[in-house]
Amino acid sequence: MRDVAIIATAQSKHVRAATETNEVELIQPVIQEATERSGVGRHDFDFTCSGSSDYLAGQPFSFVMTLDAVAAWPPISESHVEMDGAWALYEAWVKIQTGHADTALVYSYGKSSPGDLPRVLSRMTDSYYEAPLWPTSVDVAALQARAAIEAGVTSEQAMAEVAHRSRTAAADNPYAQLTSSPDPAALLEQDYVADPLRRHDCAPITDGGVAVVLAAGDKARELCERPAWIRGIDHRADGHHLNFRDLTAAPSVAIAADKAGVAGGKVDVAELHACFTHQEQILRNALGLGDDVEVNPSGGPLAANPMMAAGLIRLAEVANRIHAGSIDRGVAHATGGHALQHNLVAVLEGEG
Amino acid sequence: MAERVAVVGIGQTKYDSVRGDVSLPGLLREAVFRALEDAQLTLADIDAIVIGKAPDFFEGIMVPEYALVEALGAVGKPVFRVHTAGSVSGSTAIVASSMIEAGVHERILTIGWQMQSCSEAMWALSVTMPFQQQLVAGAGGYFAPYIRQYMQRSKAPDDTGVLVALKDRLNALKNPYAHLHEHGITYESVKESLMLWDPIRYSETCPSSDGAIAMVLTNEAGGDAAAAEGRQPAWVHGTAFRSEPAMAAGRDQVSPQAGKDCAAAVYRQAGITNPREQVDVVEMYVPFSWYEPMWLENLGFAEEGQGWRLTHDGVTAMDGDLPVNCSGGVLSTNPIGASGMIRFGEAALQVRGMAGEHQIDGARTAVGHAYGGAAQFFAMWVVGSEKP
Repeated sequence: MRDVAIIATAQSKHVRAATETNEVELIQPVIQEATERSGVGRHDFDFTCSGSSDYLAGQPFSFVMTLDAVAAWPPISESHVEMDGAWALYEAWVKIQTGHADTALVYSYGKSSPGDLPRVLSRMTDSYYEAPLWPTSVDVAALQARAAIEAGVTSEQAMAEVAHRSRTAAADNPYAQLTSSPDPAALLEQDYVADPLRRHDCAPITDGGVAVVLAAGDKARELCERPAWIRGIDHRADGHHLNFRDLTAAPSVAIAADKAGVAGGKVDVAELHACFTHQEQILRNALGLGDDVEVNPSGGPLAANPMMAAGLIRLAEVANRIHAGSIDRGVAHATGGHALQHNLVAVLEGEG
Repeated sequence: MAERVAVVGIGQTKYDSVRGDVSLPGLLREAVFRALEDAQLTLADIDAIVIGKAPDFFEGIMVPEYALVEALGAVGKPVFRVHTAGSVSGSTAIVASSMIEAGVHERILTIGWQMQSCSEAMWALSVTMPFQQQLVAGAGGYFAPYIRQYMQRSKAPDDTGVLVALKDRLNALKNPYAHLHEHGITYESVKESLMLWDPIRYSETCPSSDGAIAMVLTNEAGGDAAAAEGRQPAWVHGTAFRSEPAMAAGRDQVSPQAGKDCAAAVYRQAGITNPREQVDVVEMYVPFSWYEPMWLENLGFAEEGQGWRLTHDGVTAMDGDLPVNCSGGVLSTNPIGASGMIRFGEAALQVRGMAGEHQIDGARTAVGHAYGGAAQFFAMWVVGSEKP
């Protein structure tokens, strides 16, 4: 395998509703910033890959317009996934592994504000038996949370502590949408949104985007003082039908963690794509992370959750800390589907 | 780097305007199990599944592959979803191929599909968006002006499109999976069919189809094993995709630069310096008849302005020396999200010698081609009967 690293990242300031910008206007400055930081010329990327969702944009082939945000003239080698940008990064990593590319631009974005996001996400369920019931993303997460609590994986108290810790940590994140939280005791006095989930247990609805630049080997060393090397990356799917799944565990995360080599060294930081507080402990268990591992110092998805970007942001947040020299080894996780169905795990390391 | 890639299994559904006899998982499994049988493998042998389809609005299901995980035997495996406009399932095959080329996986099941009967695809492609140019014309309405521009530039005879449509629909009679089997079709019947978007007539337009295609791709060891058992693999000699914006100053939508660049890249990888001489058979994405001569020029099979001559001279017919769309092409079968991979798969069938009645004898090198968006996304591969 070739050595491939994240050499630059950029994010938008994540907000509840970017009412005055469309997707192109939202992501273009982010791409520009990541490109400038990378030192790769805007026409010099060997490959470009993005992730987005037509159902968020309300338009078929919505990604076509965001080609206007990259330098696609003269024509470029380019691809797109209907998944979180973390999978676009995976495709770019594969492309670099084939030897057909040495550098790649990866970006993803989501504007959830125009629609009713939890109901939109109900369209992601099985179309014959589940979608007609319009189960929202919060409804499905609540079933999972209830199962996890009853199995002793977590508790409402622990979940409130996750919410408090994450949003307090986000005070140091200039891109975060939510940057403070009442104490856990005060959070637990609030009403349920979907029993056992309270408002604080759910990620906010966010508009935003992220861009990441990858480079191979010496190119990465030349362009970046301390590249964040992708030492392992793997993704796996669990089954879909809720009645076939043990919602208190995430077996596909455990497989991906094993393939990515999470257990091969000390984990300084883990950025986890847990959109609901109870999912953090499920992910910690599947990834084999002890209580001593710092999770989501950025605040995580509970502080900013741009759909289709929040997974790639986890990779960017770990990479940023390696670039800055504040950590040596971190784990990033991204998810798609309901209740942690589809998962990607990456291990990033600094040199030395 | 650079593991060799072999196509060892191909399965297609019967294509039709409405496949109401199967569920969505049933439709995909029809293609998947045919591909696995061809490859002499089972779902358990598959390392990863790479899926492509056109917009989720066509079926009204958001990221439908999540609900298909169990039906595809993909629990605990990598599942990957590609989405790149009309070229999508060509791109999908390329992504699957690159995962083997990179040495990440050994055996991949890749699937392209669409169940267009769930909606009215033509209008689903031209919804009205705030602050965007409104099209409201369907794909034919969009492309007709560029075809007229081609006619003006090339001085091609008016009936070039008629000849292409007649050829492709007659070829489709030799393909049992093709959607349209128009036994009574004639030059006159095409020419007299309803003018939809001048100069595109009803019979010069692709149908709207339900269907799926699946392919099993393996590394070199897998290809060698198939060959050792007498099952000819198709070896991947090159893959490329190129994209350009819908609008850019200097952009030529009649012969887009991205198409030229894509062809140049894939020929370079495959060692092709004279495509007209070195390529035996082509499956190109021709949803409207006139795109045959247009793409012949864009992909370097003819000089600019001369592509129509190949059509008129019978060069692109099954008994010509550069047969194009022996399967009947997109003009006979068009489940949009599968149409690109059908081109790639039919090219592979030709070099495997497994195309049945529409086989070109001795085909050794074949090109699969797909395009999408406003003629701005291109995906191509070159496959051969010999190892690259």
